Parts: sequence; structure tokens; C-alpha cells
Amino acid sequence: MQVFPFVVVAWILGVGLYGIVTSRHLVHLIVCLIIVQSSTYVLLLGVGYVTGAVAPYFFDVPVHTPAVDPVVQALALTDVVVEAAVTALLLALAVQAHKRFGTLDPNELVQLRG
Amino acid sequence: MTARQRLWAFLTGMAGLAAFYLWGLAGLPGFGAYPGPYGDIINRIALAQTNATGVVSAVNFDYRGFDTVGEEFILFAAATGVATVLRHLRGERERAARDEALGVNAPPTSEAVRMTALILAGPVLVLGWFLASHAQTSPSGGFQGGVVLATAFILVYLAGQFLALRRISPVDITDAVEAVGAGGFAAVGIAAVGMGLAYLTNFLPLGTIPGAVSSSGTIALISFFVGLEVGAAFILIVSELLEQTLLLREESR
Amino acid sequence: MNQLPALATVVPLLAAAAISALNPLLRARRRLLDGTAILTAAAVTVILIVLLVQTAHGDVVYWFGGFRPSHGVAIGIDYAAGPLSTGLACLAALLVTAAMIFSWRYFERIATYYHALMLTFLAGMTGFCLTGDIFDLFVWFELMGVSAYALTAYRPEERGPIQGALNFAITNSVGAYLSLSGIAVIYGSTGALNIAQIGRDIARHRPGGLVVVAFLLIITGLLIKGAIVPFHFWLADAHAVAPTPVCVLFSGVMVELGLYGVARVYWSMFGQALGHRSAITGAFLALGLLTTLVGALYCFRERHLKRLLAFSTISHAGMFLTGIALLTPLGLAGVAVYVAGHALVKAALFLCVGIVLHRLGSVNESRLHGRGRPLRYTGVVFTLAALGLSDLPPFATFLGKAWISGSGATHGMTWIIVIFVVASVLVGGAVLRVAGGVFYGLGDPPGEDQEMAREASEETGETEQGRQRTPLTMIAPAAVLVLAAIGIVFAPHLGPTVEAGALRFQDQTAYNATVLSGARVAHPAGIFLAEHAGITVADVVTGVGSAAGALVLAFLALYWRRLPVLRRGFEPGAGLVRPIQRFQSGVVNDYVTWIVVGLACLGGALAFSIG
Repeated sequence: MQVFPFVVVAWILGVGLYGIVTSRHLVHLIVCLIIVQSSTYVLLLGVGYVTGAVAPYFFDVPVHTPAVDPVVQALALTDVVVEAAVTALLLALAVQAHKRFGTLDPNELVQLRG
Repeated sequence: MTARQRLWAFLTGMAGLAAFYLWGLAGLPGFGAYPGPYGDIINRIALAQTNATGVVSAVNFDYRGFDTVGEEFILFAAATGVATVLRHLRGERERAARDEALGVNAPPTSEAVRMTALILAGPVLVLGWFLASHAQTSPSGGFQGGVVLATAFILVYLAGQFLALRRISPVDITDAVEAVGAGGFAAVGIAAVGMGLAYLTNFLPLGTIPGAVSSSGTIALISFFVGLEVGAAFILIVSELLEQTLLLREESR
Repeated sequence: MNQLPALATVVPLLAAAAISALNPLLRARRRLLDGTAILTAAAVTVILIVLLVQTAHGDVVYWFGGFRPSHGVAIGIDYAAGPLSTGLACLAALLVTAAMIFSWRYFERIATYYHALMLTFLAGMTGFCLTGDIFDLFVWFELMGVSAYALTAYRPEERGPIQGALNFAITNSVGAYLSLSGIAVIYGSTGALNIAQIGRDIARHRPGGLVVVAFLLIITGLLIKGAIVPFHFWLADAHAVAPTPVCVLFSGVMVELGLYGVARVYWSMFGQALGHRSAITGAFLALGLLTTLVGALYCFRERHLKRLLAFSTISHAGMFLTGIALLTPLGLAGVAVYVAGHALVKAALFLCVGIVLHRLGSVNESRLHGRGRPLRYTGVVFTLAALGLSDLPPFATFLGKAWISGSGATHGMTWIIVIFVVASVLVGGAVLRVAGGVFYGLGDPPGEDQEMAREASEETGETEQGRQRTPLTMIAPAAVLVLAAIGIVFAPHLGPTVEAGALRFQDQTAYNATVLSGARVAHPAGIFLAEHAGITVADVVTGVGSAAGALVLAFLALYWRRLPVLRRGFEPGAGLVRPIQRFQSGVVNDYVTWIVVGLACLGGALAFSIG
């Protein structure tokens, strides 16, 4: 069990990238991008975990109880907001892409090449 | 590349990348054996220094508050970007038929959905406010509260009328609220600069009861601004997306 | 208390929020809006110039929230401003000011979104340059990114900007998430996010797999931003369609910031821990030189003006990476000067292309042949800037290249200069061909490219009407920038000052001491001794030679149909370029595949040589 969460991290990354590379629909591609980001959340929260510790909130436990790392949780919170922002922008672009190109297949969304 | 070539190139590449990644991850201390000083130090000193029992919020809004300023503005830039990309363009007209927005051509919203949405809107608003104001106490804060606040507004749309959503959250006001939220957060930091302290120093009184709503100085204030900004940003984003799909149709070329 | 580092980032953020909040008021008052944005950017430039002067006596370290490190452990976030980082931030602010001045007349109608996004872009850039915390670096990287994606899609009514923005956003986001994974990995090992603290902690042990993997993952996002082959495909798509003032920033500083990030992460975090300098040099030298050549080849083939300049940026990015890869102080100093010169010259080129677009309504080289003759001043500025791009002395580009190749030669790599000259000739030749054909009507127009014709017909123009005269606010920034590219070279003691800054940048021990203990190190020591930062006669000859070669190539490109020797119906350079042209397919799935493949190869190379 010592390394299993980290194997899961690599797996999620692989699945997300596979989804992006083989995607035929732009919204599916954007969701796969979210999956790639999710692997980072698992990694962040995984490295900060302390066995047998409580959550870092001390309103109901004494102050010196061993608690998990609060910094990675704050980082993950920041990342969630960043990802939501990027996803919103990408989805807006997808709406416009559908209007201009008439399709959402990434292979067809090509105006410039070569 | 054709799809097949791409797939094989990717699979070979990913195999190598996964092996490389796992080789690196193998060097980590095992799961549950967090080594490092940062988290432990913060856990020890956060309550004494900031009077906040919610240490994650103390990290987010005080110790690493500057990161949060950046992240606020990322959300701000993204909402601005969404507005830019989806704005009213030349050649597109708001569909004269308001009946579409009123749902005449679409199947009417069921009464059950409408009632539930309208009943929930109020309590959800209160819940959002509760979450946003208890950052220093419990696992909540400006972000969570802001998103729940935005949901309250979107429930109005679910109750059947997009134009009602537009009426209670006009673009200009939502834009302004969002900017005030983001700017307010940055301004709290500048107030510290004005006093000769470093940017974002916690200069307000810390209160006596740890974790009370009025404690922890600037953390509560920042959480309020963040709640405003996140709520407004999400309302803006969702209503821009809805507006594009519902109301606008291209003029025939 | 010195508040300047914080103000450099916070002032544009506050201005962006204020502009957005006052949108209903400012919507009708275009001049007030423009003026506010220009003033803010100018104020940030001044703040950074003052800060740059202050860094002469040592890095300026600023701790946010008043959280100073205790017993060598950092609790808060810091800014650590050194001469090179502050100089780069200053360059960014200068280019933003120039771009906003240019936008004064360039856009007939523009919403406040544009100004707000440009200001958040500026804030992201200054934050990225000055920060001393690795996660903060990521946050400002993302702010730069999101602002850039939104600015690229500024004309969503056309297809090109949508494709460009999508490809840009998706590839750079994948890179950012991979960088974040690297940050998480190194945090899991050291429990720190401060660059100095991490550098000190990992230097205590031999490099293990974790350090190598964390290093490569963190710089992946930065290499993608820096448009290094094979992570470069997004750049041509994005640059070809972004509004011209935005392209100025993309080519002038954004790509360079990615490479600065690579240098920063290496020198201040991983340098001592990784060791194996020859392996690192070898890997990144190979990448840099490959990028230099690929960019130059694509550049020469291109007929779309903005895309042509975009490919030349890729080529120069390769040259910058080559200079960084040498790991010497003179190499890094050369990169610093080269970046400054290139930014100024490239910005001027893009501004001139913007003027052409504004007056003549096209960016297709075939369609524009000879039509630029009325634009006399623009033609002069463009030709001067093109000569600057070909590394003609006394441009700063020449100086930078001379130092990089000189440093390489001292360490036995004399062939670097050959590749640089070949690339400069190709890139300079392409731009001079444009100058000669468009502004002076020389030779014959290049062959009509069917793909290009279709793309160009969609280029309805970012501005609405052609004018009879080029407005002063559009030609003045371009002219000033070109002259500045020459003027830098004559700054007193340029060589020793920049090299001292590079030495300080490369001294990890001194950096750790400055940030964590507040010490001031008087004599930074790099791993290689400082070399003499001067120019030899050979350098001047090479510089003049590459410019001359570019002129000859441009002449051939313009007149080849009239020379009986070549008139056998073959397009110069086609044989070289056509096979690799397929790679730039425009499909984002391909780009991400190349990212994965490239990362696997680079990872394998580093793993076998270091791990």
C-alpha cells in the first residue's frame, strides 16, 4: 500500500493523455484535460498524507494533535480554481468553434497548417 | 499523422513516460510518511499566529495569500476571456422572439422542478454566505462559498426562465462585483503596504476566540472578497454560455 | 521597506480590476481607457528600472505577509529580484507599454476586456520573473497563460483565432499540469516550496531518480512555453492569428520567459543536485540546435507574414536554449543581451506588419508585392529591423550571438557558430525578402500558395479602415524599439555588468544564503570562470557575413525566376522543407502526441546519463 496511490497517479495521467490524443470531440478532449489535472490532485494530496493523523482543523481537537499537511490541501484548492477557469475558457472556445467550423472534431478544426 | 500512427506513437511514448514517471515516484517516501517541515511547522504555529482553527484557510489566505491573489486574477482573466470570446458580435442579433427564452417553443419546465428550484434558492444563498464567512473555522471559505452562491442564482434559471436570470444578475453589475472582489482582495494587501508592512500582512485585530467568525484579522475579510469574486465569476461564465446558446442566432450570411 | 517588488505585480492587477469595475464609465471614453492602460504599463516599467538599479548591490528579497524564514525554513512566499530577472521583467513592461501605445490608433473599436487582459498578462509576467517560490512561479505562469489564451481569441468571429487559441490553450495547459506534477514530486521529497530551500535540501544527496524526474517534469511546461522542438507546434498557430500588439508580446517576451524559467529552475534549484553537466549540456544543446534549424527552415518557406515571424521566433528560441545549455556565465550573458535585442527587433517587425495590415489589409506576401511602396517610413524601420534579425553589427542581437558562440568555442564547440549563421541567413533572408518584395517591389512575387490564399482571404483585418497616413503612435514605437536595439550595445560597461549578473544568477550557494539567511555575497562564483565579454574581429566578420548572406538569399528568393540557371521550375528550399511540413498539421491531438513522445525521449536520455 505504500506505493499504490502513486501508481494510480501515473495511471490517471496516462488515461487522460490517451483520451486527449485519441479524441474526436472537443468537449471530450477538454474533459480529458480535466482528468490529466486530476492526477496532480491525487499526487498532491497523496504526498501530504500522514498515517493516523486528523484533518488540519483544530476547532474540535486539541492543537497539538498530529494533522495531515495543510499546505498541499491549499495548493490543491488553488489548482481546482485554476483548472475551473481554464476549462471555462476552453468551453467558450468550443462553443465558438462549433459555430465557425460547424464541427467539433479536432481533426477538422484546422484553418492553418503547414 | 493518421489516427493509427498517432495512436502507436502515443502508446510508445506513454510507455516510456510512465516508466520514467514511476521511477521518479518510487523515490518518494511511502504513502503516509510525510517527511517535510513545511506542513508540520504550519500546523504548530497557525493557531497561535492567526487565531484561525481552519489551518488550510490560514495557509490559503495568510501564509500563502499571495498565491491566492494570483489565482483570483486567473479566474478574473478567464471570466473576462469568456466574455470576450462569447460577446455579442457583429452579424449576430438577439433573437427577437423572447418567447424562445420564455420557453414557449421548448417543452415547459415541470412544476416539480420549478417549485424545488425556487424553494431551494433562498437556503442555498444562506448556505453560500455561511460557507464564505467561516473560512477560519471549518473546511469552508471564499471559494466554496462563492460557488454555492453562484448556484443559487443558477437555480433561478433552472426554474425555467433565462431572462429572469439576466434580470437579477445583469452583466454590468456582475462584472463590477467580480472586479470589486478581485480588486478588493488585492487592495487589502495594499492597505498593509500603506502602513509600511509587507504586502498582505495580517494587520487587522485577531480577535480573542480562535475560530470565531470575527477572528483571524484579514482572513475573514479576504474570504468575503473571494466569495464575491468567485460567485460573480461563475454566474458570469454560466450566463454567457447560456446566452450564446439560447438567445443569439447568426444572421444568414 | 522596499515595496517595489510587490508593487511591480500588484499595480497592474489593481489597474485591471479598476478598469473592469468602471467598465460602464470607460466604455464610451476610449482615450481615458487607453491612457490608463498606458500609464499603468509605463509606471510598472519605471518601478522595474528603479528595482534593477537597486539589484546592483545584491538581490532584493521581499517576503510577503511579513513571514520571514525561521531557522532556514521558509514559511511564506518571497520575491527574489536579481539583475537578470528584473531586467527581463523590465523588458516585458517596456514591450507592453509599446504595444498599448500602438493600440491607441490601431483598434478602431475595442472593449475594456483587451486592456484588462493586457494588464493581467503584464502582472503575470513580472510575477513570473521576480518570484522565488516554485508554486508561485506556477501561479503566475498560469495567469500569463490564461490572459494569453483569451487575447489570442480576440476575434472569435474568424476561424483562425479559434484554432490558434484552442491549440495554444490545450498544449500549454498539458504542460502546466505536468509542471505541477513535478512540483508535487519535489515537494513530497523536501517538504518545501521555496526555490532556495529546495535547492539547498536536494543538493545534500546524490541525484536520484526523483530529482531527475522532478526536474524534467517542471521544465516541461516551460519548454512548451518556450517553443522548443518538439513542443513548438502551437506557436505558429497562435501567433498567426493573435492581434498584432499581442503578437509583439508573445514573440518578444512570452517565449523567452519560458526559457528564463528553465534557466532559473536549473540554476537556483537543481543545478547542484543534478551534477553531470556534460550530459545536461549535451541534451539541451541538441534540442536547442534542432529547434534553431527547424524554425529557420519553416520560416523561409512561409508566405504569411505573421506566421513567418512566428517561425523565426522558434528559431531564436532554439538559439537562446543553446546559450543557456552551455552553462557558462558568458553564454548566459550572451542570451540575456540576445533576448533583449531580439525582443526589440521582433517587436518592431510585428508593429510594422500591423501597420501593413492596417493600411493595406493583408498579410499575404504574394498579394502584397509592391503595394508597400507608399509606406516609406515603415519600410525603412522594417528593413533595419530585418538587418537586426540577421545579426548585423552593431545590433544587440549580434553582440549576444557573438558571446554565445565565443563561449561555445572556448569549450571546444566551434561548430555552434556555423549553425547559428545558417539559421540567421535563412531567417534574415526570409524577412529581407519580405522587405524587398513588399516595401520596394523588387523581383517577382513569391508563388501563390493555395492554402495560403484560402487563409488570407479570411484575414478581414483587425482594424477597420485603411488610412492615408500611418499614425504617429503606430510608427513611433516601432522606430524607437529598433533604435534601442542598437543603442543597448553602447551602454557603458555592458559586458562586465551583464556577465556579473549572469554569475550571480548561476551561483546557487549565494542565492540560498541571500534568500534564507539575508546574507550578501560579495563574490559570486559560477561553476565556470568568467570569460572576457568582448568581441573579436572574427565575430564582426561573422556578423557582417551572416547579414550579407541573408541579403544574398533574399535577392535570390526574389529574382530566382529571372536567373536562367535556376529557372527550371523548382522552388528554392522546397526539397528540404516539404517532408517536414506535414508535421505542422494544425491538429491538437498530434501536438499532444509529440509532447508525450518528446518528453519520453528526453526523459530516457536524462535517465540513462544521470540516473
